[in-house]
Amino acid sequence: MAEPIIKVQNVFKSYQRDSLEIPVLTDISLTVEEGEFQGLMGPSGSGKTTLLNLIAGIDRPNAGTILVAGTNLSSLGESALAKWRSRHIGFVFQFYNLMPVLTAYENVELPLLLTPLSRKDRREHVEAALNLVGLSDRIHHYPRQLSGGQEQRVAIARAIVTDPTVLVADEPTGDLDKTSAYEILTLLERLNNEFKKTIVMVTHDPRAAEKAHKLHHLDKGELT
Amino acid sequence: MKLILKNMLRHKLRTALTILGIAIAVSAFGLLRTVLTAWNLGVEASAADRLITRQAVSFIFPLPLAYRDRIASVKGVERVTFANWFGGVYIDKKQFFARIAVDAETFFDAYRELLIPPDQLEAFKRDRSGCIIGDQLAQRYNLKIGDVMPIEGDIFPGHWEFVVRGIYKPRDKATDPSNMLFQWQYIDERMRQEWPGRAGQVGWYIVKIADTKAAGTISDQIDNLFKNSPAETKTETERAFSLGFLASVSAVFTAMNLLSFVIIGIILLVLGNTMIMAARERIREYAVMKTLGFSTAHLVGLIGGESLAIAVLGGVLGIVLAFPMVEGFGEALPKGWFPIFSLEPITLILASAAAILVGVLASLFPIHRAVQMRIVDGLRTIA
Repeated sequence: MAEPIIKVQNVFKSYQRDSLEIPVLTDISLTVEEGEFQGLMGPSGSGKTTLLNLIAGIDRPNAGTILVAGTNLSSLGESALAKWRSRHIGFVFQFYNLMPVLTAYENVELPLLLTPLSRKDRREHVEAALNLVGLSDRIHHYPRQLSGGQEQRVAIARAIVTDPTVLVADEPTGDLDKTSAYEILTLLERLNNEFKKTIVMVTHDPRAAEKAHKLHHLDKGELT
Repeated sequence: MKLILKNMLRHKLRTALTILGIAIAVSAFGLLRTVLTAWNLGVEASAADRLITRQAVSFIFPLPLAYRDRIASVKGVERVTFANWFGGVYIDKKQFFARIAVDAETFFDAYRELLIPPDQLEAFKRDRSGCIIGDQLAQRYNLKIGDVMPIEGDIFPGHWEFVVRGIYKPRDKATDPSNMLFQWQYIDERMRQEWPGRAGQVGWYIVKIADTKAAGTISDQIDNLFKNSPAETKTETERAFSLGFLASVSAVFTAMNLLSFVIIGIILLVLGNTMIMAARERIREYAVMKTLGFSTAHLVGLIGGESLAIAVLGGVLGIVLAFPMVEGFGEALPKGWFPIFSLEPITLILASAAAILVGVLASLFPIHRAVQMRIVDGLRTIA
């Protein structure tokens, strides 16, 4: 049997607030197989986003091991971790987080600037990604000229344009109306089904959770 | 590069005002440095092998002509000449240039930096009322050989007329091209008739020495000759003499020097404020960029590049503005106040360096903040 693409083992995470140490995650272990679509649910403050951040390599645990695509993230320094993220992680944020001064095309091109691809190759990748999310006709639009759903689709295009190993989504439908949320979920489902993308998604939305193959419930920093 | 440019244009008015602020400060810096350079030019022109002997109490008190031969007898002295500040008014009081009575036979041997055609020098020596003027002065008043320059005397009262017998060119940029030099003997003869008590006196001696290393010893020897006499002397190098001349306005000089650096501080605050505001607004974007895999070096390039681009644009605009500003200021000054008043290459280099330095310094704090920020904290930030 193949090794899981994500392996979280006995992870502890706490935050320091002044003199107080606030535990966020307590002895978390989980695995995600390649091509799986897993969901993390739980009330606010349960540690779902923190766990997602740890998997994405944008935060570090106090204890425990996180292996993603065969790499122990704790073994990487800041610079190596940044490089690793650019190759292995596609991140979809709740509030899209597009660069307001860049067009849809330029936003999607941004992660490709870290690759050795030529301008022509980058153009092909960007157009393919925007085509996949159904925004070929909006490539020269700025984020302010797009609806929330369209912005999130640009954000997804930006997340997949480098063909990352894992796609992590932090409440991708949390800021969208029902119709837009449905479109985004359908898109994520398609990325998983058609393109075999491994997806880990944090959500509050039960309808979003239904799309996941496997669902983890977190409460007060523990998997239930 | 594209992102740097787009970030700069995000708040067009703020960026434009910052660039304008830097431009005004850089041009003011350029103007101040030009004044300081013009002021210093006399000191730069000083020769190391010339000593100046003046009255010990003050430069304004004269020395007896009889000192000349005694000074010449000091070992190490090559030749001695003398001069006298004449003052006076040409056309009106606003027309300023140095009018100096000199010893026609010896003065130009000591000042080789004044380039005069030999025939003109000979004509000057032959004519008691002749004068030699700098080419800039000739150009300013459209004077030619043979023209008469009437001067109303103040230190030496009366109406004086001088005939232009020669026009000198300065050998280098540091040499004043706007002096008027005439025969001391012409003044002295009239003093003998009208103010006998003031005859036979000179303003200062110029002592040319063979060995510049012996300047201190020779100066002491000259001053010792006249110790306890009614007119004791003070001998120093021409450079020290020029510096002493400037010392009377040293407070202004120091203040202007200080002000030029205060201006750099102001630019730093203007740009620093803009960059800190920009970085604070974009902290979430920097966090997103870090999430995407952009490194510290990328953020340094992005923030530093923007700061540097604004500073350089402001610097370039400031330098461009400084040219008409300096020209206008020069026009507004009384004619001849500064013989040379123009933006020197060193001023342009200093202004450019100041702008670049400010660009780098202003980005340090925002860079530090963006680099030190944890991604998860940055993502939580609401701009």
